[in-house]
Amino acid sequence: MTETPSLIVRYVARRAVPFIQLYALYVLGHGEDGPGGGFQGGVIFASSFVLMGLVYGWGRGREDCPERVADVIAPAGCLLYAGIGAVCLLLGGAFLQYEAFVGVDADHHAKHHAHHFGLIGIELGVMLTVTASMVTLFFEMARPDDEEVADGVAEEVDAEGEDADA
Amino acid sequence: MTQHLPVLVIVVPLLTALIVPLVERVRRGSAWYLVTGALLFSTYAAIQMLVQVSSGPIEGSIRYALGAWSAPMGIEYVVDRVNGIVLTMVAVVGLISAVWMRPSLKMEIREQARGSYYTVFLLCCVGFMGMTITGDIFNLYVFLEIASITSYVLIAMGKRRQALYAGYSYLIVGSIGATFILLGIGHLYMRTGVLSMADIVALFEANPELFEKSDVRVAFAFFTVGLAMKMALFPLHGWQPSAYTQAPSAASLFIAATSTKVSAYVFYRISFSVFGIQFLESALPVIRDGLLVMAAAAIVLGPLLAIRQNNLKRLLAYSSVGQIGYIMLGVVLLNMDGVTGGLIHFWNHAAAKGALFCVAGALVYRTGSARIADLAGMGRTAPWTATVLTISGCSMIGVPLTAGFLSKWYLGAGALAADRWMIVPVLLASSIFTAIYVWRLLSLVWFAPKEAVPAVTKEVPWAMRGPALVLAAGCLVFGLSSISVSIARDAARALGLGS
Repeated sequence: MTETPSLIVRYVARRAVPFIQLYALYVLGHGEDGPGGGFQGGVIFASSFVLMGLVYGWGRGREDCPERVADVIAPAGCLLYAGIGAVCLLLGGAFLQYEAFVGVDADHHAKHHAHHFGLIGIELGVMLTVTASMVTLFFEMARPDDEEVADGVAEEVDAEGEDADA
Repeated sequence: MTQHLPVLVIVVPLLTALIVPLVERVRRGSAWYLVTGALLFSTYAAIQMLVQVSSGPIEGSIRYALGAWSAPMGIEYVVDRVNGIVLTMVAVVGLISAVWMRPSLKMEIREQARGSYYTVFLLCCVGFMGMTITGDIFNLYVFLEIASITSYVLIAMGKRRQALYAGYSYLIVGSIGATFILLGIGHLYMRTGVLSMADIVALFEANPELFEKSDVRVAFAFFTVGLAMKMALFPLHGWQPSAYTQAPSAASLFIAATSTKVSAYVFYRISFSVFGIQFLESALPVIRDGLLVMAAAAIVLGPLLAIRQNNLKRLLAYSSVGQIGYIMLGVVLLNMDGVTGGLIHFWNHAAAKGALFCVAGALVYRTGSARIADLAGMGRTAPWTATVLTISGCSMIGVPLTAGFLSKWYLGAGALAADRWMIVPVLLASSIFTAIYVWRLLSLVWFAPKEAVPAVTKEVPWAMRGPALVLAAGCLVFGLSSISVSIARDAARALGLGS
């Protein structure tokens, strides 16, 4: 980053992040009976990290979601999806047959709930993977040369100080 | 548990592939055990299912509805006699290359990248097995993307910088091919409104007038061109030689022995089980004639281009271009013998080409490059590897008693039965060209002058020798026993071809 964005941009970006993430969870929760779902929710969630990266610089942005964490979350989300399917298998149903959670003899109401939670579970898996992949894609493509990172980090430290004063 | 095998064959390696990067973080070097274990299970499941369908009625199949949503609503996995052959091929070759790759990766991939290599490799296996087993054309596309993207990565992981370029050019061509396939799926869906293969073919059988519709014909044309790019059928094979040459040896072994053939299988599946034989017989003679010319050109020109190569992997890649021609010839001939020949060639070519890539990998393991000149004198220093080369080379030529002979025999018989006698000299010419390049290798290996110092100083470790010997033994077993022929014959019958 050669230039630090103005105070207004930094202030608004920082305050917008929790709302973006809350909205992402709202979109996720809508997945199983309306427009939305894990993929869209994941992209929106990742956009909050992208915003931090754009405004506060690459180094500070990457701190929020370090490579190590993203590399674990991406397969873990997928694993959650496939794992729910495997649990259905172990409980005696077909792969991803959520009714297995409550058993085949359960009443309609219970089966409906099982479906609900099964779907939200896999959507959450999708969301985790999509978020981690999007964050990785953005930060890998935006990765500055090594010296620039060093500069950026130094600048960020100053910026943090300013922000605290403000 | 047996009724869940169709989904477990995919899910077990898929889950393992996701666990590998997490476990590798805790304990470096444990990835290989997980990968081999998962593929061992898939191989067991694939063979078990092939045995099960083979003992049932001819048209019988094992069906599995995911999430218990049955066909028109949900996705169905189907194993019948035809994809049983291909599924076993992918699983067995995957297992063999997993065993083989461990010493080879130590030489070719740096340590930090090895864990991710195993993950990508296993996902690639999952992609190809999924393409084979699925009974839903859109799910087919999803697995095709999984298999393709992982293949691009595997190829780009090669040691030299050209590997990046090879992977990238495959990515461009492969993505165009995949887009064509997606357009084909879109056209079919627009016309029929269903995605399940069984439903589409039932609809076509009930309404043959649909074959006159131009969007149905356009869909078939899109499938043909897209899959021809994916399988590297002759004029569209440009991406293949550099991809096979630059990829790490372990990746060339797996990709060369399976990837183009799985695309060829998809063409069989689309032709017979989505459009149906009626469509092939009547609707588009232009495409059939065009494919016949392309297949014949591949059969002759592949080996001809292979003769003048100096790099063993590149030579084998050009020979693969020719071999895909054989498989495509089967579907174009559209009779019992032709399709049988095409189907047995799945196993025969996987065994022979796999064994040859094991030899190429051994050469790279010992000398650091795949220069053909370095083979000189290998017969004295590495007799096992040289024997593998000899047996699989003979199978490529089609020497009687080896597997390759049977493929050519049935294809020749099929060509005569279909009144396409011009194909017979094409097959003979191809055998002669193949004999020339195989002889070039064998004369270097066995008859190098005594005073020359062999570049390959000693035999490769047993972990690499064993799998190569298994594949070479496959060439002999399929050539001497009638097991593959009888399975392929029943499969051809299941596709609806009368004897």
